[in-house]
Amino acid sequence: MDEIVNNKDSGAEESTSRRTFLLRLAVFLNAIAIALFAIPVIGYVLSPARRIEWLRWIPIGNLSDFPENETRLAEYVNPFRKPWDGETSKIPCWVRRESGDNFTIFAINCTHLGCPVRWFAESGLFMCPCHGGVYYADGREASGPPPRPLYRYQHKVEAGRLWVRAGELPTLGQPQA
Amino acid sequence: MPLRDWTKAIGDWFELRLGLSSTLSEVAAHPVPRSSASWWYVFGSATFVIFIMQIVTGICLATVYTPSAEGAWSSLIYLNYTQPLGWYLRALHGWGSDFMVGLMFVHMAQVYLFGAYKYPRELTWVAGCVLLLCTLGMAFTGQVLRFDQDAYWGLGIGASIVGRFPFVGFKLVHLILGGPIIAAETLSRFFALHVFVIPGILIGFVALHLFLVLKLGINEYPMPGRIVTREHYLQDYERTVTGDGEPFFPFAAQKDMVFAGIIILALLVVAAISGPFGPNGQPDPTIIKTVPRPDFFFLWLFAVFALLPPWSETFLMLVGPPIVIALLFALPFISGTGEKSWRRRPISVVIVILAFTTIGTLTWLGTFSPWSPKMEAWSEAPTPVDYVKGRTPLELQGAILIQSKQCRNCHALGGEGGMRGPALDDVATRLTPDQIVRQIIQGGGNMPAYGKNLSPAEVNAIVAFLNTMHPRSELGARNSVKPEQPISDVDSHHSPAQ
Repeated sequence: MDEIVNNKDSGAEESTSRRTFLLRLAVFLNAIAIALFAIPVIGYVLSPARRIEWLRWIPIGNLSDFPENETRLAEYVNPFRKPWDGETSKIPCWVRRESGDNFTIFAINCTHLGCPVRWFAESGLFMCPCHGGVYYADGREASGPPPRPLYRYQHKVEAGRLWVRAGELPTLGQPQA
Repeated sequence: MPLRDWTKAIGDWFELRLGLSSTLSEVAAHPVPRSSASWWYVFGSATFVIFIMQIVTGICLATVYTPSAEGAWSSLIYLNYTQPLGWYLRALHGWGSDFMVGLMFVHMAQVYLFGAYKYPRELTWVAGCVLLLCTLGMAFTGQVLRFDQDAYWGLGIGASIVGRFPFVGFKLVHLILGGPIIAAETLSRFFALHVFVIPGILIGFVALHLFLVLKLGINEYPMPGRIVTREHYLQDYERTVTGDGEPFFPFAAQKDMVFAGIIILALLVVAAISGPFGPNGQPDPTIIKTVPRPDFFFLWLFAVFALLPPWSETFLMLVGPPIVIALLFALPFISGTGEKSWRRRPISVVIVILAFTTIGTLTWLGTFSPWSPKMEAWSEAPTPVDYVKGRTPLELQGAILIQSKQCRNCHALGGEGGMRGPALDDVATRLTPDQIVRQIIQGGGNMPAYGKNLSPAEVNAIVAFLNTMHPRSELGARNSVKPEQPISDVDSHHSPAQ
């Protein structure tokens, strides 16, 4: 199209004919229109990545639910739950109560590739069913491919209840602790 | 008017407006080299036919499937057990995906070995590479739509890989999951990819791929010594098809059609016999008694992630795939001319054999994943009866501890148990009692240290039992000290002096 217009331009020696003006207007208008259309679409698609802070304090149980010197499976409800999340809104974690208010709370996800680690009380180990990662009771890596100890949640004891600060899948890019 | 005249009248009515018949007959009759009407050339069309079937079964499934995290799993159960023939369409779609990926790889290997990607068909190969990525993308997103425990934790694995990207890792995780954690948006997002985005790209590139095949002509059967050059190839090909060509239909198409027919029938039979894939347990992450595994065509990757040395892992996960993909795309630009025949391209033959044996071996390893502890072995796999016959009370106590301390999750006895660590059936021939003590307490060589979780008495019992684990004909390993100079309690327990 450009070529035709240019030929005509040079041939007729016209600086701005009606035709070239219309074509330029068309290109200009559509460029603006496409940009205005693209901005909301791209913003919509990228919106999950724009928010930085995805953590909330959530109660995960009464202190009495967690006997001392034991590691128990607990679960909390995703603080960003939507009604159509179904069962995926329940998130498990491992709560270890050393003594009194002394807790360590581990994410369920193996630090290697996120599979659910399982606690084996008799041998005092967390084992991962996927690629053979093993951790000690305090979360240190004991064997296999994990690159770091188990992820931990921030937690606090308030009004006889245990709270965790959670809501985000911990990965190596965003470990919670 | 007789029926035949009616049909002709209707046909003419459309022909006057569309004018397609001349184009279609031209396409059908376009000459192909006589040599390329070969049974080796049937895999691409078979992949295409399976793709069409996937579209049909996929649309049918979409009329019943519920793409929400809350309803997906129950709608799959509904499809399997309540919806008439739902189980069969799910089976066709699931097996269809395996058939499509498998045929695609065979097609690709054939194209590579026959040099069909060389000048002037570089763009056909590039379009094929896009189709490869899209097909694998369909296989992965399809596995997510079968929203069960494997899908849930598979998403976790995907997110954990992406999370390893420096700086932007967690942003990418949020982008893939549609939020901070696997939830409703995650499934909806993969649904959109699986039914709109990737199929759209696939259809576009299939069209381009086929257009290029028609435009440039089917690759002639490569003859050793017939060199492709940019100067002569087009004239040579033209000469081949005009001199020794045959119309595509029916000359070459009939073999395609016979093979496609066999493949379709095979898919219909396999799906009917084997039924649909899953769904496995519901996608409730609090059910942690799960052993997540990917679908067949990703098992090899699953194995790679277990077997890569940890220090190289992040680098290879993030840099490896782009390099492999870039090499695939670059292939026709690296070797765009020259010999086509695999008989004169030994390296290409080696590459194909290596690729298939590597992926095959890794897939085979993935099916039983020896690197993973067997989570239930300690309570499910009994101690073999022969191993407890005639043992002392202390040794029997050790046998019990081997079970209750979950040693069996990693160590097999009598062929049952984990394969993470060595089998213990003849451990006494390899390790002295002292070495066994050291190994248990300090760990090492991938074994965790059990020092904190076993009392000295328990260690004694376990070592006493393990010390009996040697064939009758072969003595256990011993320290090179005289028997009357016991060096530990354990040794003295077994020394003849007692």
